[in-house]
Amino acid sequence: MAYVAVKGGERAIDNAHAWLAEERRGDPAVPELSLPQITEQLGRSVDRAMGEGSLYDRELAALAIKQAQGDLIEAAFLLRAYRTTLPRFAHSRPVETSAMRIARRVSAIFKDLPGGQVLGPTYDYTHRLLDFGLADAAAVPAMASVAPEDDAMPLVPDILGQEGLLEADGAGGDDPGDLTREPLSFPASRDVRLQALARGDEGFLLGLGYSTQRGYGGSHPFAGEIRMGLVTVEIEPPELGFAIDIGEIVVTECQMVNQFKGSKTVPPQFTRGYGLVFGFSERKAMAMALVDRAMRAAELGEDVTAPAQDVEFVLYHSDNIEATGFVEHLKLPHYVDFQSELQNVRRLRTEVARMAEAAE
Amino acid sequence: MKGYNFAYLDEQTKRMIRRALLKAVAIPGHQVPFGSREMPLPYGWGTGGIQVTASILGGNDVLKVIDQGADDTTNAVSIRRFFARTAGVATTTRTAEATVIQTRHRIPEQRLREDQIIVYQVPQPEPLFRLEPSRIETRRMHSLADYGLMHVKLYEDIARFGQISISYDYPVLVNQRYLMSPSPIPAFDNPKMDMMPALQLFGAGREKRIYAIPPWTRVRSLDFDDHPFRAINAPRPCGLCGARDAYLDEVVTDDRGGRLFVCSDTDHCAERRAAGHMGDDALPEAAE
Repeated sequence: MAYVAVKGGERAIDNAHAWLAEERRGDPAVPELSLPQITEQLGRSVDRAMGEGSLYDRELAALAIKQAQGDLIEAAFLLRAYRTTLPRFAHSRPVETSAMRIARRVSAIFKDLPGGQVLGPTYDYTHRLLDFGLADAAAVPAMASVAPEDDAMPLVPDILGQEGLLEADGAGGDDPGDLTREPLSFPASRDVRLQALARGDEGFLLGLGYSTQRGYGGSHPFAGEIRMGLVTVEIEPPELGFAIDIGEIVVTECQMVNQFKGSKTVPPQFTRGYGLVFGFSERKAMAMALVDRAMRAAELGEDVTAPAQDVEFVLYHSDNIEATGFVEHLKLPHYVDFQSELQNVRRLRTEVARMAEAAE
Repeated sequence: MKGYNFAYLDEQTKRMIRRALLKAVAIPGHQVPFGSREMPLPYGWGTGGIQVTASILGGNDVLKVIDQGADDTTNAVSIRRFFARTAGVATTTRTAEATVIQTRHRIPEQRLREDQIIVYQVPQPEPLFRLEPSRIETRRMHSLADYGLMHVKLYEDIARFGQISISYDYPVLVNQRYLMSPSPIPAFDNPKMDMMPALQLFGAGREKRIYAIPPWTRVRSLDFDDHPFRAINAPRPCGLCGARDAYLDEVVTDDRGGRLFVCSDTDHCAERRAAGHMGDDALPEAAE
């Protein structure tokens, strides 16, 4: 029997990469995508890649999206692999979302409130009818000019907090943990949980958040406030001793307000679920807030029965870069293990046959 | 490589990993959490092994990378290229020439030496995870050396099948203390870990754990006095080189049930053939 062991891994990889490059470019007669086209016209994709990639850089995110042919998990992966090589100069000071330059701010629990409701560029009230006009380059209708939202917009939780109806926020204080530097350990503090959620997969958190609404660890949530806009990032270099402004980023924040019946030591009050995500990523911020609150069940003395309340389950499975890697690694060769399983099953079958024979 | 440090990781990260490695060596078989970094290869492709290799690699090292025992499987090629590119180190396919061997799913047939290090890629460092999914619980079980659950699992196998039904990733007890996953190597390879002259390092990137077996350490595959550990292998010699003591892959040669059994360790097979050994299925010229 003629047999030569399988060879040619090197050439196969080179050819696959060449094919991939060709496929990525597509028909050369069609103009190539530029990065500004992606940052300007696929902004929500850029936002998601930045959030799950844990790197705020619209241009790099656009590059990653282009390189990944629009596969956003692959794009986030590229960003993560790049950010891990960057030196870390400083930690920023906590971002003040109360001082956000608001593009959108809505509250579901007050009809009107100081600063008002600002819809911003939302899909919420669009009719989901395919707009065939967009298929051709259509002129964009001019937006009526609006005055920038200069009014002070107090955070809704602060409004509730004044009456003592909402639990006080955590004190903060210590430097927050960092999952990208220290491995997860338990019990995981809330800062670390929130970091994991902020980096977590939008789809996974959406499903988990949704499950809490359907009876799996429900917490009677209300969207206290959702706000999106520009916040200032500041660092405080130790040699200076005061904070300096290093730029602005767009973030979406969701403050979920949840019922709480009280305990022996705490009177009935509302509790918090919190979501904060890079860019305009409202779905993710809301899902994050639901899951954050669900994971506080044990701390609040509630029964822990549902997946979304199981901190270990949520944190170990929310990262889509980890998940996609391990799920997809099943396509790597496993023939050594499979071979031992083949022999194993044969041996087990022999034993079963022998026992059956002996029984006769 | 322009724009990147030697072997990709920055020096602070390497130092952090080396500290975890030192601790791991000091407590054989114990899983040490470490700040696993995001690597440019996906989780499950060997990010733990790659980080360990990157942290121990020096300019004079000679690296061998195998997957399923072979140097030319695509993932092995890709990782070898990664280090050739980011560290510029010499690479080899010959087990004897390598100073560092990164592996997925196999231990080379050739006995390793004291001046060699073998780095295992580990998908799931927790040997108890199928029996107890919570890492809070398993950590407690390790600290108390409470491994009754695993013994019960093995006992139940014997009660049901008349034998232990684990064929790979077969749990071992290291230095008579810690239960450890040997990574998904076939149970056939387990005995090689016992009193191995080379340092054995294990990296699990996604799970963020490092563990180690120092040279000349006792590694025992779990078993019972009346049901001793048995390795599994195809009961025949290699079709190409005739080896009787090497782990064999099964190759499907036609659609009529034709099979060829060949060494999984391609270097071992090639060296044997070069030395004139020949199996029943080898063409005479293939031995040249």
